[in-house]
Amino acid sequence: MDQLEIKNLTLAFGGIVALHQVTMKIRKGEIHAVIGPNGAGKTSLFNCISGVYKPMEGDIRYEENSILHKKPHQIASLGIARTFQNIELFRHMNVIDNLLLGRHHRFRSGPLSGVFFWGRALREEIKHRRKVEEVIDFLEIEKVRKKTVGTLPYGIQKRVELGRALSMEPKILLLDEPTSGMNVEETEDIARFVLDIKEELEVTVIMVEHDIAMVMDIADWITVLNFGSKIAEGTPFEIQTNPKVIEAYLGEGS
Amino acid sequence: MVIRSKTFRESYYEDIKLFQTVWIRVWIFLFLILLATLPLWGNPYVIYLINLSCIAVVAALGLNLLIGYTGQISLAHAAFIAIGAYTTAILSSKVGLPFWACLFASGGVAAAIGFGLGIPCLRLKGLYLAMATMSFGVVLENVLITWDKLTGGVRGINVAKISLFGYPLDSDSKIYYFLLVITVLVILGIKNLVRTRVGRAFIAIRDRDIAAEVMGVNITAYKVMAFTISSFVAGIAGGMYGYTMGYIHPEHFTLLLSIQYLAMIIVGGLGTILGSIFGAVFIILVPELIKGIARFSELLIPALKGKYNEEWNIAAFGLLIMIFLIFEAGGLHGIWGRIKTSFKNWPYTY
Amino acid sequence: MTSGFLYFMQLFASGIAVGCLYALIALGFVLIIKATDILNFAHGEIIMISAMICYFLMAKYQFSFLTAVLITIVIAALMGVLTERLVLRPMLGEPIFAVVMITIGLSIFLRSLAGITFGHDNYVFPSPFPKEPIHLAGITLSMTQIWVMVSTALLVIIFFIFFKYSRMGLAMRGTADDQETALLMGISTKRVFAMVWGIAFVTAAIAGISLANVMVVNIGLTFTAISAFPAIILGGLESIPGAIIGGLVIGVIENLVGGYLDQAIGGGVKDVTPFVVLFLILMIKPYGLFGKEEIERV
Repeated sequence: MDQLEIKNLTLAFGGIVALHQVTMKIRKGEIHAVIGPNGAGKTSLFNCISGVYKPMEGDIRYEENSILHKKPHQIASLGIARTFQNIELFRHMNVIDNLLLGRHHRFRSGPLSGVFFWGRALREEIKHRRKVEEVIDFLEIEKVRKKTVGTLPYGIQKRVELGRALSMEPKILLLDEPTSGMNVEETEDIARFVLDIKEELEVTVIMVEHDIAMVMDIADWITVLNFGSKIAEGTPFEIQTNPKVIEAYLGEGS
Repeated sequence: MVIRSKTFRESYYEDIKLFQTVWIRVWIFLFLILLATLPLWGNPYVIYLINLSCIAVVAALGLNLLIGYTGQISLAHAAFIAIGAYTTAILSSKVGLPFWACLFASGGVAAAIGFGLGIPCLRLKGLYLAMATMSFGVVLENVLITWDKLTGGVRGINVAKISLFGYPLDSDSKIYYFLLVITVLVILGIKNLVRTRVGRAFIAIRDRDIAAEVMGVNITAYKVMAFTISSFVAGIAGGMYGYTMGYIHPEHFTLLLSIQYLAMIIVGGLGTILGSIFGAVFIILVPELIKGIARFSELLIPALKGKYNEEWNIAAFGLLIMIFLIFEAGGLHGIWGRIKTSFKNWPYTY
Repeated sequence: MTSGFLYFMQLFASGIAVGCLYALIALGFVLIIKATDILNFAHGEIIMISAMICYFLMAKYQFSFLTAVLITIVIAALMGVLTERLVLRPMLGEPIFAVVMITIGLSIFLRSLAGITFGHDNYVFPSPFPKEPIHLAGITLSMTQIWVMVSTALLVIIFFIFFKYSRMGLAMRGTADDQETALLMGISTKRVFAMVWGIAFVTAAIAGISLANVMVVNIGLTFTAISAFPAIILGGLESIPGAIIGGLVIGVIENLVGGYLDQAIGGGVKDVTPFVVLFLILMIKPYGLFGKEEIERV
């Protein structure tokens, strides 16, 4: 079964067509990369999946059910998490709180339990704090867990945002340019984490990326977008040798 | 015996406890003892001021929850305090319900109306939200005056005295304990709320609402929740006000009052519990401070005698807000934080 | 013409006259918002203080109307420049919340200062306009109303020409759009801001003097500014023609509601009409009738 299926997705803003009849299938447990030049519609694709944008045409089916008309927070509860191209962390909270927010939809306590804290709310706080600490361990960010997120260096912030998405215990993880602005070492760290996420946590990863070397290394399947349309898909080797892709994006001699 | 060199937290519970060290608990305990014994040796005017401060603290906490934590600007706070005050007034004097029922009803009615206001305001942000809430406040003020069959209109309405187990609370000192207990409960309740899931959701909405929604926060539900809880607290403050004053009138609840509360939380520190408390007490006490300074300077410079009137208070109040904002963006809470840090680091200044 | 239609037209015409007052007040707000994004809560106080100054110049010091108006306008312009320099300049770069709060603080300060200086009595402005109303096709309008409409129209034309064709006007529009680029282009933003606040305060002065002719002069004049908020939102915060149209529309609606509904529902409806209209507009169009939606990209 395809875990996520995108059928004929079309998205337009006034006269500008961001996505045109895009069709993709995401298989469970794979690392699926989406590449293409800037403005190709990759982030728009993610925004459609998350429910932030409503497409004009087409359908998005998650585990055989359409999620097209669901609100973003409902899509999150179903198990789809994401990170953002420009970091969208909650700058005035510390790392732990940001991660705990990722667990928001798994909490059951509401305002009443919150006010009378010492019963259910306390139990939940501790239970979810334990889970969050597991994510912190996994991403090796123990040192900064009490720091206010706005004060952290860029690379660590990106990791915290990854942690926040992982705290949701998602089944699908959408990563929007996880290595942008990073040097070689940091990129390798992220690549290692992505592989761990796939193998240890068994989470499906859909990744928008510009770092082609990294994509070719770790992706199982690649979809190429250009000007809002899909121009190719296949294994890394197939994409590398696809003339359309080379012409549009990779350039001669790659 | 093992001597600790630092505060170690050995469980997650200890990490999120309200009062982290023994010292904090000692200080708070002493402070509460001080407050509890005040009526025995304190000046009755001070008691009255503390009563007013309690009411202000409760209302300010409610407003800070909405504006400081959730980022929704509201100029309707006075309206909800009014709803609470009038509910208490009507239920206590015309229906004769006991105080706990009246207070709860005050909160409930205010919350229901707050809920009603929150829903249409969902799409509004910033200045537009401020204007919409302001309109609501103005219209409600008008309703209070024109619906005089219910509210007594411009004649105002009396509030019956609270009767505690048959013992009437008919003086400032007696109602003092009543107000203190409620204030402490509200502070605790909101402090708790803020460190759980709901509080985090509020802050997330303020900081990055689209990202919050993608993370699973139902923004619609939580924005309306913020309005509802904030109005509930305001309603309770209104009830407290009614019982303290004994008589309420539409003129007590104008747009100016909403602005005053806005000043309280900005000067005190947006988005902090301590800030709400500091700000509320500060704004209540400042007029007294200025009166004191005026009286003092009258003694020093006899030429000034007789020139002072209430209006200088208000002028100074406005001036203070301006000076405060120009020099200290974090408000009183920011200053408090800096004092604490300098204490911790003493004698190292850096 | 039937009496029903005449009644309607009378209400409409008076509504336009009142609407011009709202428009004048709204204009002052929009000028500052357009250039600096700040909602100046002290605008009402400037209106009131200008009215007071003009009154005292005429009543106590026996200046003629024209002279008093001129002096008041100059004082208002000076106050504007001073306010910008002393109160707003230190707040450059601070979050908009704090800046709006500072204008609130300023309004409180000015109002109490005015109360101390001018007292809380009601003053009747010695209006230079003849008391005899004019009758035009069955509609009655006072000279004052006509003067208000004419001066509003004149101001609008002057502002329009100013912003479209003069160098300073262009500079203001550029600064409003993008401060940094304007600076790079050699526009002195300090001077632009000083001018904007000066002009806005002059608008307030004209509004205040107009109001003085129409109603009792006392401290309460400050609250007229709040009545203009619906006009500003209606017109979309940043549009000058929008502010004018907004003011006129609110004035007309208010008058019509007063004329037709006041007997049915009972007094007081007229006063809150602008706010009910404001609330309803915001429900349907969260960014005002002509406002621009802010788009966030994630």
